Amino acid sequence: MERTVGTDIRRPEGPDKVSGRAVFVADLATPGAWFGGTVRSDVPRGELLGVDLDPAFDWDRVRLAGPAEVPGANVVAMINEDMPVLAEREVRHVGQPLLLVAAPDAETLGAALAAARPRIAPLPAVLDMEDAPDVLHEILIEKGDAPSALARAARIIEGTYRTDTQEQMYIEPQGVIAWPPDASGCTVVRGSMQCPFYVHKSLVTMLGTRADAVRVIQVETGGGFGGKEDYPSVLACHAVLLARAAGVPVRMIYDRHEDLAVTPKRHPSRVRHRTSVADDGTLLAMDIDVLLDGGAYTTLSPVVLSRACIHAAGAYRCDHVRIRGRVVRTDHVPYGAFRGFGAPQVCFAVERQMDRIAGALALHPAELRRKNMLRVGDTTATGQRLETSVGSVEVMERVLARSRFDRHAWRSAGVAREPHDSQGARKRTGVGFSFFFHGAGFTGSGEELLKARVRVELDQGGRAVVETASTEFGQGTIAMFTALAADALGAAPEDIRIAAADTSRVPNSGPTVASRTCMVVGGCVMKACAELRARMSAASGDESGPFADRARAFLAGGGDGLAEVVYASPPGLVWDEEHYRGDAYPAYGWAADVAEVEVDLDTFEVRVTRFLSTVDVGKAIQPQLVEGQIEGGSLQAIGFAHLEVVTTEGGRFLQDRMATCIIPGTLDTPPIEVELVEVPFPHGPAGAKGVGELPMDGGAPAVASAIEDALGIHVDHIPATPERLLDAWLRAHPEEAL
Amino acid sequence: MNGAPDTSFTFTVNGESRTARCAPLARLLDVLREDLRLTGSKEGCGEGECGACTVLVDGVAVNSCLVPVCQVDGAAVATVEGPGLEAVREAFLAEGGAQCGICTPGMIVMTKAWMDECERAGRAPTAEGARKALAGNLCRCTGYGKIIASAVAAARGESR
Ligand code: FES
Ligand code: FES
Repeated sequence: MERTVGTDIRRPEGPDKVSGRAVFVADLATPGAWFGGTVRSDVPRGELLGVDLDPAFDWDRVRLAGPAEVPGANVVAMINEDMPVLAEREVRHVGQPLLLVAAPDAETLGAALAAARPRIAPLPAVLDMEDAPDVLHEILIEKGDAPSALARAARIIEGTYRTDTQEQMYIEPQGVIAWPPDASGCTVVRGSMQCPFYVHKSLVTMLGTRADAVRVIQVETGGGFGGKEDYPSVLACHAVLLARAAGVPVRMIYDRHEDLAVTPKRHPSRVRHRTSVADDGTLLAMDIDVLLDGGAYTTLSPVVLSRACIHAAGAYRCDHVRIRGRVVRTDHVPYGAFRGFGAPQVCFAVERQMDRIAGALALHPAELRRKNMLRVGDTTATGQRLETSVGSVEVMERVLARSRFDRHAWRSAGVAREPHDSQGARKRTGVGFSFFFHGAGFTGSGEELLKARVRVELDQGGRAVVETASTEFGQGTIAMFTALAADALGAAPEDIRIAAADTSRVPNSGPTVASRTCMVVGGCVMKACAELRARMSAASGDESGPFADRARAFLAGGGDGLAEVVYASPPGLVWDEEHYRGDAYPAYGWAADVAEVEVDLDTFEVRVTRFLSTVDVGKAIQPQLVEGQIEGGSLQAIGFAHLEVVTTEGGRFLQDRMATCIIPGTLDTPPIEVELVEVPFPHGPAGAKGVGELPMDGGAPAVASAIEDALGIHVDHIPATPERLLDAWLRAHPEEAL
Repeated sequence: MNGAPDTSFTFTVNGESRTARCAPLARLLDVLREDLRLTGSKEGCGEGECGACTVLVDGVAVNSCLVPVCQVDGAAVATVEGPGLEAVREAFLAEGGAQCGICTPGMIVMTKAWMDECERAGRAPTAEGARKALAGNLCRCTGYGKIIASAVAAARGESR
């Protein structure tokens, strides 16, 4: 019975957050702690000859750690072990860590860092992904026979689409604190992170030690969005080396400049589409080429490419599809995880391609989508037959009903929109649309390999303690688990406690990524709770009275108050990793967005004036939290579309501060009108699927589509900055060029 | 720190008189967080761009990362930990205005400043007004809708 699921409980951790009591990493009191810093490369590629230490500085005041101080393997263990904790000879990117310094105070640290000068013999750097020779990972997806179908095609529509990188811009910069090994030899790290067991694994590898000699604890984390998926492993390795060298706790908390300069951002992309379409708009064949810039090391790139390729054909039915994907190595700062994980890039491309097709056939964009959208019984590009929980029609029709976009004369079939005056400026308005899906959970056999584990345990006070490694960093993990556990136990939210993500206390339920926390881990939480409930009622046969009393009585009667569950994938899922065929995800979230914009014809500045999103999440466990996720994700997507500029020069990010690395503020933000649709997923907890990443995918193409509607020019490269729009406008209107 | 010798500064924080001995140009944010161990005010940028460090000085909202402590000698400083914010906190809880919580202290203090301003000016608190008042406070989680709703609910005294 659902009592708490579907209602809005308050965030259990909320009172601490609104009163200043919540303890983030920088807030931890660490008497006697030193400050850690990093000497870095200032060139993208070269050979490290040494780090000169200026004799004018008294080096006895600080402690240093270089590659020689790494006790185990000098690698940050992620997918591949190619990224060193500290460079030894080869320098592969600007900002690469070379030498670590700990000092008793920030001032001394600053002086020491300024007195350490790397000597690097520069080498030619590879900075353009188009001619990068090193392929980090490739994927080929084939359905039907796209090359033959395209060879026969009467009409082929082609487009090339680009997205630049994007900064996560969590408001709390990255930070960890490491303690030197305690009396039992255990190294403890606390920090801002999404995935404590990732950090744990990298420390065990770097220290060459036993799993129980490392303990990683997540503290309150001020946003992540993927940005705190892999990088905390790097930071933790550094802080641990320094804590060992200094013999005291070491705080490594980046300021905003350092965070912006060296932490991973969204992979830049270039996607080419060649599509064969029938006169009525039916997609006959799609050939898609995906290229991502991976940066200097593998990090998470193969998995980002995987998600990109699987989503590259969009939420459309097509019998002949070929998707070729490559992520290449360049000498950029390694790119990494950012909400959507490759899907926002390819969703931008395929949605722009759909608009291009609509324009070429003089079909309404909504009509073209209606004709080709995936429905129950259709198969995706990987050949997955969609059996259940497909909200495609609902989300599309509802957002159209709310926005009346299908009655809007998009690009006016060639008729230019009249500019109108608004406060003395020449402006044009436009409306755009996008339709998309996002796979929930790890790709393919990922969940099977991981085997997430979850424990629920009754404590002496009669509360149920939920133990997982899933972290809260704003999405509402704590409230969501509380609601699921309360209902599964027949308890009230007050009877539930969510344990801190401490690797020495909780089982490994996997990383908090990939929109998997609710569907996968939440499902395990419910199962464990149901098992406990069954034991309790078998013991007493009575479910009346307060849960805590019953739980205490159950324990007093010798009942076993500990339940552990290992995740089992829904039955019947088949995935062929070698050929990228089969059931890529257990379920997909579905959504459609409409954006309205106003473009200033003199400055080419874009203002998004209204944004609508209709989303099928299966079941909203906590509707207010789900809305919050969708609103926040949509705004990040709007920023990605036109506002958030991150550029590189010589391998360096040019935007090194918040004043230049812009994210939307309240005045850049339109009203975001979210509507939830619930097409339940039978294997998800209470019918839920994932929601975290989905809203990041569709906003950018919807905004680009609206700009295209307003200006009548193609918007194929985002962010659509005024400079880019002016360029495109002048190409279309050479008579206006001065 | 800034060359000048440490000096004593006395001001009230959340109604209590406090004294800090520090360099005159020490940032108010650091004095609050380190010397006085009031870590509710956050540092998101250190350059006046994010508003996470917002506090009130004599009722006026400032970015405490930009204010040298010598400027608040004798002043009244109010932070997110202080009294008088119950209605704002309640509204942020009820309306879902706090997600990760790192921008929240600044949002709450700025909301309070806006409410006081509306009251002084006899202006009705509107969503548009809140949007403008919070323009200097960045949030990456919420998309702002629920923050604006929280601010308006607090100002109208109608949080559910
Ligand atoms: S820390 Fe003061 S404005 Fe960002
Ligand atoms: S709640 Fe996370 S930055 Fe605002």
